[in-house]
Amino acid sequence: MAGMVFKTGPRAYLTRCYRLSASHRLHSEAYTEEENRAVYGKCNNPHGHGHNYGIEVTVGGPVHTQTGMVCDLGELDGFAETNLLQRFDHKNLNTLNEFGEAVPTTENFTRAVYRIFQGFGGARVVRIRIEETGNNSFEYGEELGKG
Amino acid sequence: MILLTRKAEFSSAHYYWNEAWTKEENERVFGRCANKNGHGHNYTLEVTVEGEVDSVSGFVVDLKELKEILQREVVRVYDHRHLNLEVPEFASGTGMIPTTENIAIAIWRRLEGKIPGAKLHRVRVYEMADLFADYYGEH
Repeated sequence: MAGMVFKTGPRAYLTRCYRLSASHRLHSEAYTEEENRAVYGKCNNPHGHGHNYGIEVTVGGPVHTQTGMVCDLGELDGFAETNLLQRFDHKNLNTLNEFGEAVPTTENFTRAVYRIFQGFGGARVVRIRIEETGNNSFEYGEELGKG
Repeated sequence: MILLTRKAEFSSAHYYWNEAWTKEENERVFGRCANKNGHGHNYTLEVTVEGEVDSVSGFVVDLKELKEILQREVVRVYDHRHLNLEVPEFASGTGMIPTTENIAIAIWRRLEGKIPGAKLHRVRVYEMADLFADYYGEH
């Protein structure tokens, strides 16, 4: 059904950027203390550290002819407020169950955010990009523009 | 194959209104964007083209030429204009509401086939720093 809808009009992508601040510590139980220090360096500091994360959420689909939009931005913002910002902003990522046994690297954070937005009913998430700092960013999702 | 992106800016007014709907429906769906007196944004346009590098010039496209095409086809038409009232593709009766998505699509249609030696790859339109739309020519 969704496939039929996608063929009806020009397909575009909408990206909204959200910001949140959180702490984390990179540490794996699979490594010894020494190995953790060697692999994660200063990110293994026992007391953690934090970042201002910039999170770009891209949704894609046909532009709705009645509204000129891929999805209702208010709905996307509302979903992000409840499911992203309230869950992660000003939190310690190591204490959240989103990561399970996985280390809360930004790679894993990017995949976790992608999974969360797969629950958004207003449009299909196709890409998540997270800037951990101005120098590091991570992307997960589909190759765009190939439909 | 190389991707090359050129940026341009324009500042325009617009509002969102579906003529098939009542005032109440428009206000419910579009919120403050339905104010018929309009409001405006500083838009940033990023046009990405793809092509092979010319063995003599070392260019995919002549950037001066690309800049002039963006100015002629888009900036001079959109900049300091009211998109609903002064730009034909968004005029009353077209059914084309000047949302960020539709502006990206309209700019694609304006530029397609007009860039010598390169193929249009992506049109990205930033309405604000935290909101942008991409169009790759997909139907």
